[in-house]
Amino acid sequence: MSRSPGEPLLQVEGLRTWFPIKRGLLQRTTGHVQAVTDVDLEIAPASTLALVGESGCGKTTVGRSILRLTPAQAGRVSFEGVDLMKLSEAKLRGYRRHIQIIFQDPMASLNPRMRVRDSVAEGMRSFGIGRDEADRTERVKALFGKVQLDPGHIWRYPHEFSGGQRQRICIARALAVEPRLIVCDEAVSALDVSIQAQILNLLSDLQRDLGIAYLFITHDLGVVRYLADRVAVMYLGRIVEAGTTEQIFSRPRHPYTRALLAAAPSMDPDIRGEAPPVVGDVPSPSDPPSGCPFHPRCPEAMEQCERELPPVRQDAEGRVVCFLDSVVAPGAAESADPTGGEEFA
Amino acid sequence: MTALLEVEGLTTEFPGARGALPIVDGNDLRVDRGEVLALVGESGCGKSMTALSLMRLVPKPGRIVAGRVRLEGRDLLELPVTEMRRVRGRRIAMIFQEPMTSLNPVVPVGDQIIEAIRLHESTSRREARERCRELFVEVGIPAPEERLDAYPHQLSGGLKQRVMIAMALSTRPDLLIADEPTTALDVTIQAQIIRLLRDIQRDRGMSILLITHDLGIVNELSDRVAVMYAGRIVETGSRKQIFREPVHPYTRGLLRSNPTLAQPGERLPEIAGVVPSPEEWGKGCRFATRCADHFDLCDQEVPELREIAGDRRAACHAIDGGPAGGGRS
Repeated sequence: MSRSPGEPLLQVEGLRTWFPIKRGLLQRTTGHVQAVTDVDLEIAPASTLALVGESGCGKTTVGRSILRLTPAQAGRVSFEGVDLMKLSEAKLRGYRRHIQIIFQDPMASLNPRMRVRDSVAEGMRSFGIGRDEADRTERVKALFGKVQLDPGHIWRYPHEFSGGQRQRICIARALAVEPRLIVCDEAVSALDVSIQAQILNLLSDLQRDLGIAYLFITHDLGVVRYLADRVAVMYLGRIVEAGTTEQIFSRPRHPYTRALLAAAPSMDPDIRGEAPPVVGDVPSPSDPPSGCPFHPRCPEAMEQCERELPPVRQDAEGRVVCFLDSVVAPGAAESADPTGGEEFA
Repeated sequence: MTALLEVEGLTTEFPGARGALPIVDGNDLRVDRGEVLALVGESGCGKSMTALSLMRLVPKPGRIVAGRVRLEGRDLLELPVTEMRRVRGRRIAMIFQEPMTSLNPVVPVGDQIIEAIRLHESTSRREARERCRELFVEVGIPAPEERLDAYPHQLSGGLKQRVMIAMALSTRPDLLIADEPTTALDVTIQAQIIRLLRDIQRDRGMSILLITHDLGIVNELSDRVAVMYAGRIVETGSRKQIFREPVHPYTRGLLRSNPTLAQPGERLPEIAGVVPSPEEWGKGCRFATRCADHFDLCDQEVPELREIAGDRRAACHAIDGGPAGGGRS
């Protein structure tokens, strides 16, 4: 391969997806739902990036825009160095094979009148994988084995499986076209804990065995901490902080990240959340606040936060968009051990 | 502590293809005054049906076929319908996961609560409105006066749940049944509602029966826990006992498979297999098919919920004596 080893599998730069709000008889655009604004992301091959945030923060739209299921207004989405945004529909089709998506509700993404063998084989047929139908049937059986389903059940219908099994079928269908990246949009959120653990283990096994990367879109911080290598935190359409999972959970830099972590229920019987939770509701993305989008709810907001969007601060730890961090960090950097930065070089 | 609610042998059946299915199967429960009991389990375990049975709101064709539900000694299952209706209004209130299902979309939220207050007590509209405003303050609704005239769709999910809580409190119930009260909410809003329920419970000395699948919520809110699996309660104990030393294999599995408690990179200890559907329930322990500790007796006999230490109960043959113990004789 011509790519250098350190090159990301997927690199998103300046992604912007706004939906026009049309009003009146002439359907004039009177505003925009600013679902995704200036989003940058990177995913290394065979790694997991978690995109976390609350409902309406735009995380699902990011996933859909990367696949061009939802058109973006601006930005680059380069997959193995090729900008997907610039490709013709015909060329894009070829790339769809490399990026698959699985959703929260497997019942909604499987055709109820189609035998699951045909649902799983559909993608193979359209990408010309497999010699003939008999060969594809064998491949579906092998995929069923890979996702720990009974290969004898491939001729059944979706309703004959449980929720967890249906999600395994969706994973098998995604795997059928041998993708390098799978976007998992709340893929385990609707499952019971005992079933969720099975699916999370399956996803890690597949990553280890097949080198698949995941963009894991979720609101569940427990799953993120367990599964992700890196984390990007979204609020009102923007990424407010990104870093390694270890850094995000042990040294969160953005007040919103801290609020999110503090709000997650504790599982330690000696600890219950006592600190007052962050106040108010998430504002509407069609009328986001001025300045930093988090300032109306931020316990540390300053006057400046109301007026200006904080600059993006990128350093060895990751990325953060907060005035406070840029005030604190230079001092912290000076006092740090100068050799400490070498591991990042 | 004195018991507010005592449930004994509660059984609720639904018709199945091959005879009646006991979705709630002979369960005992106790909720003391001023305590929060969490009834925890995965989807389909019968926890919500247990709550509806207590309220005598089981949807048709289901019906309660056995048991007692004593509220301060009085069996609710024996009450005439009109009296039960009064109990539902004044003594026991209920909130659900999706507040929209219990709010009328075309009536301002204040009017809905005023109506509820006046249905249960003879009070003037003005007094009822003032009570409603005070309730809005208590449940932390900003700008309460304006919000009284708001329609449900004008409120966020978190505010709607606060309105539901205000409505539930409006008749000063002794017991609040909260069925997945934060499941549909975002994590920061969920934290607000948990704190609110905790404050109200403490300030009013009210009891709460919390129905949830989320062990984090159980830890944040409950005093005691009852774990339910496939229609039966399999373990009860204090919150700390359940989290620190779970004894039933299902409870242990449920805690261990939670990613929040796992080390990143480590394999999650899964519970193998799937929850059996009621049609698949055999005559033995319903967890036996997924249980690593199971032995012959488990397939033959349902284990009783037995006391293992003061106020600590579990339904498991392995705990009762195991394959080598008295369980086999």
